[in-house]
Amino acid sequence: MNVELRVTPDKYLPHRYAGASGDFNPIHIDVEFAKSVGLPQNILHGLYSMAQVARACTNAAGGDPRSLRRLSVQFRGMGLPEQEIVVTGSVKEEGDGRMVVAAEAVQGDKRIIRNAEAELETPR
Amino acid sequence: MAVNQAAIGKRFPPFEYEVGKEKIAEYARAVGEDNPVYFDREQARAAGFRDVPAPPMFAVVYSSGSVAPAIFDPEVGINFAMMVHGSQEFVWGEPVCAGDLITTETSVKDISEKGGMGFYVFESVSRNQEGREVVRGTWTNIVRGDS
Repeated sequence: MNVELRVTPDKYLPHRYAGASGDFNPIHIDVEFAKSVGLPQNILHGLYSMAQVARACTNAAGGDPRSLRRLSVQFRGMGLPEQEIVVTGSVKEEGDGRMVVAAEAVQGDKRIIRNAEAELETPR
Repeated sequence: MAVNQAAIGKRFPPFEYEVGKEKIAEYARAVGEDNPVYFDREQARAAGFRDVPAPPMFAVVYSSGSVAPAIFDPEVGINFAMMVHGSQEFVWGEPVCAGDLITTETSVKDISEKGGMGFYVFESVSRNQEGREVVRGTWTNIVRGDS
């Protein structure tokens, strides 16, 4: 089983995610503010990118939200809107109805999530 | 000057969040979830849920109201201008469904310093109305120049 998911967050995605999550930090939704603190533009929420890793792993295990038991990630780099996110992963361990998947998320050649590890219950 | 570790072990008051069906749908749409169980009560019930389930990462929605005050606590003393979210872990228990009342408690798990950076680790534990654990989150914030 391989994990792969591709998604391109549109220009307004950070605004929708801010509303959905309640995280209105201006670095995510205000281009001028983001530039004033040295960022190239407004950046994606790290927890949005983590949600893409969660979705990729859950879908690979059959799509049942109950299958995802644990997910840990390290945030690196900065995710940007209007650039494709590619989540890839592979099974590290499998047995007894569970598996451990190692994954990462990149935009182009930049890793935005590294050392992701998911523990999943496999479909019976 | 080293990081101030006095706040290690500090616990914050419980935070309650009532999970709504339309909030789940809003979150699911924002993160691109398309499994119909997140939107349709009948499909959710057919799949064995009490009501529409929340996607696992919805944990952010009901627990951040508990975690944010801990991160912003002056006794913890984080310099926000230099802070980045370094890593995150969630361990899931019982599924969360629309209509659940989730109570989250956060504590300061660790404060340490490495290579001139401060590591502030918070743990949140969320339980449903029956007292069952639904998620345990470990939130690590890194503060540059904390030395």
